[in-house]
Amino acid sequence: MDPVIRLEEITRVFDTGDVQVHALRGVSLQVSPGDCLAIMGASGSGKSTLMNILGCLDRPSSGSYHLVGEDVARLSRNQLAQIRNRTIGFVFQNFNLLARTSALENVELPLLYRGVSARDRRRLAASALERVGLADRMHHGPSQLSGGQQQRVAIARALVGSPSVILADEPTGNLDSKTSVEIMQFFRGLVDDTGVTLVLVTHEPDIAAWADRMVEMKDGLIVRDRLRDQGTSPSEVTA
Amino acid sequence: MTTVQTIWVACRALLRNKMRSFLTTLGIVIGVAAVISMSAIGAGARARVSSMFESMGANILIVFSGSSRQGGMRGGQGSQPTLTWADLDRIREDIPDVRYAAPMMGIGAQVMAEGQNWQTQVRGTTADYFGIRNWPAASGEIFGDVDEDAGAKVAVVGQTVVNNLFGEDYNPVGQLIRINNIPFSIIGVAAKKGNNAWGSDEDDVVFVPSSTFRAKLQGGLQQFIPGTIMVGAVSQEATGSAKTAIEKLLRERHRIRPGNEDDFTVRNMSEMASAQQEGARTMTSLLAGIALVSLIVGGIGIMNIMLVSVTERTREIGLRMALGAKPAAILIQFVTEAVVLSVIGGLLGVAAGIGAARYLVTTFDWPLLIEPMFSVIAVGFSGIVGVVFGLYPAWKASRLDPIQALRFE
Repeated sequence: MDPVIRLEEITRVFDTGDVQVHALRGVSLQVSPGDCLAIMGASGSGKSTLMNILGCLDRPSSGSYHLVGEDVARLSRNQLAQIRNRTIGFVFQNFNLLARTSALENVELPLLYRGVSARDRRRLAASALERVGLADRMHHGPSQLSGGQQQRVAIARALVGSPSVILADEPTGNLDSKTSVEIMQFFRGLVDDTGVTLVLVTHEPDIAAWADRMVEMKDGLIVRDRLRDQGTSPSEVTA
Repeated sequence: MTTVQTIWVACRALLRNKMRSFLTTLGIVIGVAAVISMSAIGAGARARVSSMFESMGANILIVFSGSSRQGGMRGGQGSQPTLTWADLDRIREDIPDVRYAAPMMGIGAQVMAEGQNWQTQVRGTTADYFGIRNWPAASGEIFGDVDEDAGAKVAVVGQTVVNNLFGEDYNPVGQLIRINNIPFSIIGVAAKKGNNAWGSDEDDVVFVPSSTFRAKLQGGLQQFIPGTIMVGAVSQEATGSAKTAIEKLLRERHRIRPGNEDDFTVRNMSEMASAQQEGARTMTSLLAGIALVSLIVGGIGIMNIMLVSVTERTREIGLRMALGAKPAAILIQFVTEAVVLSVIGGLLGVAAGIGAARYLVTTFDWPLLIEPMFSVIAVGFSGIVGVVFGLYPAWKASRLDPIQALRFE
């Protein structure tokens, strides 16, 4: 099967005037469809920069990046916006829901930029919320929802456009451990049931343990890439 | 995104901050309300001025006699009678542009009837005067040449005098009225005119034939008119040429050498009317100009708040971009928010302006004239203000880097 993500010798240099910061120094990575991948690393290891490039929010200084077969390294801002809209679903650490806006409308947001009609938006958003188990909270605003519920709304928002890849940046960073397990269980089920590709960025080993494959970064390079030890189940790691 | 969707998204964003949106738009509301009410009031004032001049008679010229000179002291206009009865006849007969010419003499006098008395103006004139003023009798009739030739003791009274001597709704035709204790019989009541352009009551007056006036009320020199000559030109356009012709005629008749000053003055009332109109128009443009400035200030208010809003919603903008909003979509969203704000402000302003104009107009007793076109222009202009002042903040929003924006605290 063709990889859904193929990075080849990606570098990213930030020019801060006096010094050039090499955030990525040649990263190559392939992710197959249905993979559940965790990117780990300390802060400053380059994992956020990698995440931004994977999410088409940033462009690499050199190297090539094929997303679902398309070379996205040199696309324009508008083309990148379209890729983000159709191919990627984002889940953020701090949920990033619009305040004073119902769960339903938050989930509709990506469809708005795809020109989907109001009725279809409503229908798709409602079914995405149902899927994350929030059918009865559709008209609640973020302030009326718990942290776990807010993150589930955000997951519904990431799912609503049926993306190929879901990028979750520290999705449990603002949640207590019990809720974190719930969220990771949901992600796990999602990957197993739908075959969506999940890329998880985290610095917590017990969260990374939910993934099938762990990529460790250090100083802008991948230092370790291994499949999860089949002997340990995630529940044992968290326990 | 369709236009409707864009506007919907903008409205949703504005409704999330109702109080701020309302306060932001208030500047536009006040600006547009000022434009609408000022132009309506200006138009009303102009219409009022022109209707007052029309009721006075649009084709009127007034000829004043010269000023007296005693030693070094000069009297005012009309202090030295220089206009003769023959002058009046010649103006009336010989100048083609003149249709009417009437003497106008006046004294204040105490009038009495039915045991009531009243201080009023008594005017000596001829039937021509009523022609000039286009002033018919409401009941009875106006005195004519026969009364003039006979020096008949007849009077035409104004409505205010009737009200004060006889009471309202009383027809005094046939009754006696004593002017300075001389009995006159009332043959007509002049139609109600109301206040003139200078605010005095036109109906507080008694008219008597000029011959009777001179014989019974105020003597004076035989050949001179102790007052002015009122002239009615054949049309408003003819007032200019009539004025020139009268001046030429009177200079000849008074044997004034070229280079010497006139011993009379001819005043063209229609010129005064147009000068008044011009003044009202200038005032209107001035007020409308000030109102426009306030509209622009309102626009700056919108820009200010939009800039704050863009900073405050940096994370939202970053999120929208991450979810696939193109820079143009962000730009359009914020411009639309500014336009929705300013257009709603414009609509509220039109309503408030019409309300204010209505109130002021009833206070001043002016006609209410609101040009529908003006409201449309005001709302359109406020929309343009929204685009112009919303563009910069919106452009700033669309240039944000989604990565930075998402991290913004």
